[in-house]
Amino acid sequence: MNMTEKTLRYNDIEYIVPPHGFCPGCGVALALRYFLKVVGEKVILVMPPGCASPAVLFPQRSLARDGRLLDIVACPFGSAATFAGGIKTALAAKGDVDTQVIAWAGDGATFDIGFSAVSAAAERNEDIIYVCYDNEAYMNTGSQRSSATPWGAKTSTNPPPAKKDEAKKDIMWIMMAHEPPYEATATIAYPDDLMAKAKKAKGIKGFRFFHILTPCVPGWGYRPELTVKVSKLAVQTRLFPLYEIENGTKVTINKNPKPKDLKEFIELQARFRHLTSDDIHLLESGINRRWAKLSHMAEFELPWTG
Amino acid sequence: MIKVITGNEAAAYAALLAKPEVVCAYPITPQSRIPEQIAEFCAQGIMHGKFVNVESEMAALGYVIGASLAGVRVFTATSSQGLAWMHEGLHWAAGARLPIVMVNVNRPLGAPWNLTCDQIDSLSQRDTGWMQFYCESNQEILDTVIQAYKISESICIPSMICLDGVYLSYLSETVDIPEQKQVDVYLPAYKPGYRIPGGGWKLYDLSSSFSEPIASDFMRDRYQLHKLENRCLNQVIECNKEFYAIFGRGYPPVEEYCCEDADVVVVISGSAVGTCRYVVDAMREKGHKVGLVKIKMFRPFPRALLRKILANKEKVLVIDRDISPGQGGIFCQEIRWALSGTGQGRRIYGFVSGLGGADITTELIEKAFRFTMNSDEPIHDVIWLGLSRDRDEDEYDRKNIKI
Repeated sequence: MNMTEKTLRYNDIEYIVPPHGFCPGCGVALALRYFLKVVGEKVILVMPPGCASPAVLFPQRSLARDGRLLDIVACPFGSAATFAGGIKTALAAKGDVDTQVIAWAGDGATFDIGFSAVSAAAERNEDIIYVCYDNEAYMNTGSQRSSATPWGAKTSTNPPPAKKDEAKKDIMWIMMAHEPPYEATATIAYPDDLMAKAKKAKGIKGFRFFHILTPCVPGWGYRPELTVKVSKLAVQTRLFPLYEIENGTKVTINKNPKPKDLKEFIELQARFRHLTSDDIHLLESGINRRWAKLSHMAEFELPWTG
Repeated sequence: MIKVITGNEAAAYAALLAKPEVVCAYPITPQSRIPEQIAEFCAQGIMHGKFVNVESEMAALGYVIGASLAGVRVFTATSSQGLAWMHEGLHWAAGARLPIVMVNVNRPLGAPWNLTCDQIDSLSQRDTGWMQFYCESNQEILDTVIQAYKISESICIPSMICLDGVYLSYLSETVDIPEQKQVDVYLPAYKPGYRIPGGGWKLYDLSSSFSEPIASDFMRDRYQLHKLENRCLNQVIECNKEFYAIFGRGYPPVEEYCCEDADVVVVISGSAVGTCRYVVDAMREKGHKVGLVKIKMFRPFPRALLRKILANKEKVLVIDRDISPGQGGIFCQEIRWALSGTGQGRRIYGFVSGLGGADITTELIEKAFRFTMNSDEPIHDVIWLGLSRDRDEDEYDRKNIKI
């Protein structure tokens, strides 16, 4: 059975109703599609500026079910976690405990401008799901560098011959230090994994954090039909491991692929085209270092003592 | 119940009586006592709303915006740098038409640091679409916060209640704290017109800059926000009347004091109004026909009221506790604009005083009156009242005079 059939078997409910504003081959659209399939329509989506909010609000509101529009609250760039927390607290005050409040924010809104809000929401253990869809730059405004951009990548603010000279911030480990009840990575090439995690998160109370890698056709520079392949290669090269962390301590690696050559991933994308083989070795050593750290943590599952 | 409390505590008692369901405030001098007092009310179990400690003022406002979107009554308070840090959210709250009530303790912004009193922080936010009210006493703070909920919720426009840092925030005065039952009669539970879940898309319609066609819809939103100015004023007057009927106290948006036969009137706001009343009384005893106009409501600016009140005055002196560098006092600008076309522009004297906590003394106010009465024409952009430090001994400047 291939992945598509398994996905369809999950359920055939669709919440993204065309026409919408996503680019052809957009990873964010797929992530949102899979995520909503699981969490259902009793949601309030809080969306800061980024790729997702204009895509579902312009040219028209395109998140709906049976003609009923889903609740989307647009918010300022750095305020997704804050708005979501305020909404959830107010709902709780009114006795509504079922509605899931989901902050759906890009890497810029999470790693950079909204970081203090994300950190604080985790510290307060706000009862929200925070999803960071990561396309590794400010793609909505034309691919400017973010602190989620990988080392070596070309962006419109690191134009050639310059390249990004700083490593990608490891948001999962930063969030782990807050010891939230649940956090997970996911990417769109593994919809079963993504949806299983979304389902698990739905059943947990408190702050739940997702880091979803969403490849970007124009920003990364590959053909639209390759989005799933690029996403899959990110996992297969161990560049983007799939794992969960519960209560900031219990680390579970969900996929342990036989590592593929990073070149396969690199060569598909224009943003890396200028890299030398030395550069690629440097990236590889970073991948190995982080994988070693991750697998080390995964071996030691510390008991949660509350 | 009569209690001796500070301005900050008066604000907190008002919040207690208004029963917000979500309160979020970040501490800043000289406002910190407000979140502390509210946290104490919650800890004592007498306040049932949820008090949330957040990481910044931007978050404090963002959090109550979220809660207000979900349809509950909210409260927040800040000051100075904190208000500036909220700036983005201020526009957002007004654009989304949320009836948020906020207390701002007036303090200037650095550099250099100054922790005392100056109204530039809230005046710098005059274009955000919030209603603004300036208070003279601790009683007025408490009463205005309660009134503000009624006004804001009736027209879906947020309110900022401003009180002078140190002069009111730390000053203890007797305040009549009304019975909860009476407040409940005046201010029933909040019934939002629309809310999430279920109405999120409607909210987006109101706060959208993406709705189509982009420009005309955005312009329509702003047109509606602006044209509400008359309704705002009417609601302020109506809600004050109702308040007076129940509590026996009230505060007009613009108050006249000894104005009827006055030739020269001073226009001022905030805690220095009390000092001005004293000076007016003293000068009238000496036979001078002077009066006082207190501006309580600054946004929407009560232009028509002021035009009527100041119509036949010989001279008007405005004392600003703020400065817009390169232009002058902000209240003075607004009054000049309100009176433009009425032939009175040339008789307005703009004083700037009391910046950064400097005292606006009775002597200074009297000096301002005498300067105005002895002057033929208001030729100066700014008359600096009580400017003490003069290290450079800069030359006498026809446009900027120091007295």
